[in-house]
Amino acid sequence: MTVPLALLGLLEREPSHGYDLKRDYDTFFGRGRPLPFGQVYSTLGRLARDGKVTGQSEPGDGPDRKRYAITPLGRQEVATWLAEPVAAEPYLQTVLFTKVVLALMLGRDAAGYLDAQRATHMRRMRELTEVKRGGSLTDALLADHAMFHLEADLRWIDVTQARLGALAETVRAS
Amino acid sequence: MIIEARKVSRSYGSTPALREADLSVAAGEVVAVMGPSGSGKSTLLHCLAGIFTPDSGEVWFDGRRLDTLDDGRRSELRRTAFGFVFQFGQLVPELTVTDNVMLPLLLGRTRRKHAERRAAEWLERLELADLGGRRTGELSGGQAQRVAIARALVTRPRVVFADEPTGALDTLTGEHVMNLLVGLAREEGATVIVVTHDARVAACADREVVVRDGRVSDPYTTGAVR
Repeated sequence: MTVPLALLGLLEREPSHGYDLKRDYDTFFGRGRPLPFGQVYSTLGRLARDGKVTGQSEPGDGPDRKRYAITPLGRQEVATWLAEPVAAEPYLQTVLFTKVVLALMLGRDAAGYLDAQRATHMRRMRELTEVKRGGSLTDALLADHAMFHLEADLRWIDVTQARLGALAETVRAS
Repeated sequence: MIIEARKVSRSYGSTPALREADLSVAAGEVVAVMGPSGSGKSTLLHCLAGIFTPDSGEVWFDGRRLDTLDDGRRSELRRTAFGFVFQFGQLVPELTVTDNVMLPLLLGRTRRKHAERRAAEWLERLELADLGGRRTGELSGGQAQRVAIARALVTRPRVVFADEPTGALDTLTGEHVMNLLVGLAREEGATVIVVTHDARVAACADREVVVRDGRVSDPYTTGAVR
């Protein structure tokens, strides 16, 4: 969903070739998952079909190159998207919660599971801390985003661990 | 192991704070001690540092029993081999920044000239070179904690004990303080034991242990992590 809008946004900054768009996308948003060239050109093709970009062929020595530019319709789409807040996801049906409840229901080691989950989250936190130490500001901010979400999970794990006895009674009584 | 707690128990009146807690920390390691409020993590730190004497169990430092030393020997060890960073710095407000950093050296009878030079070096390393003449009450929270780190490391301690060192700081300042503490301790080859409830602080450590109800749970030795 965000790839077409990210490409439109990059084109609003300045008209660009597919190769340069891919490079800019990978730099700012790729994070180790570079956008395949095929996806860049197929997305640009769809955006052109829908009237959100135009592609102007440029003669040259190499293969035919197109310079893409955003249209007023594309510009409007970017403006609308940027003004819309992302839905605040409730995370009410998490795998973590399901595992804890099932473990209690089946008399398995829910506390042990929470300990292991906690350690796994902490290991990821350490990896992201390393990314922040060695990376650029954009790397650090993305790592921060992931770390704050992991922190939220860790707080939930701690609170649940502290209330495991009460939760076990609730689960077994129902 | 540079420092170890072996089945350490300690109570406050009839309330047990530690129940046969075990913790082994290797030289040069950075270990985070986590756990809910009142779980016993600060008591464990104080027992390891020789500030509290356990009711039972043993504390070992560098192959020597620490808990059976008399008060004078333990004080000397704390001054020469250990460094401390607490949540609110615990700097002496009447003294300047430089005087605060020099304090442990002067208490150890280092000559004043030499102590001044060492303090200046450490203030430089903690990006505080311009603040040496300030009173500590004039500092921001982050600056005060950096002074506390300089004071903790100036004696070249073997072990640095930090109790919620970023607890009073915002996220970015706390991160900067932790990076300095861990980075400089690693450069000095010092071991760090940091008590924290903050996962971001704990993520700066090599590993974490969790204290719950006075017992230490180490996911890397209990098999919780495979």
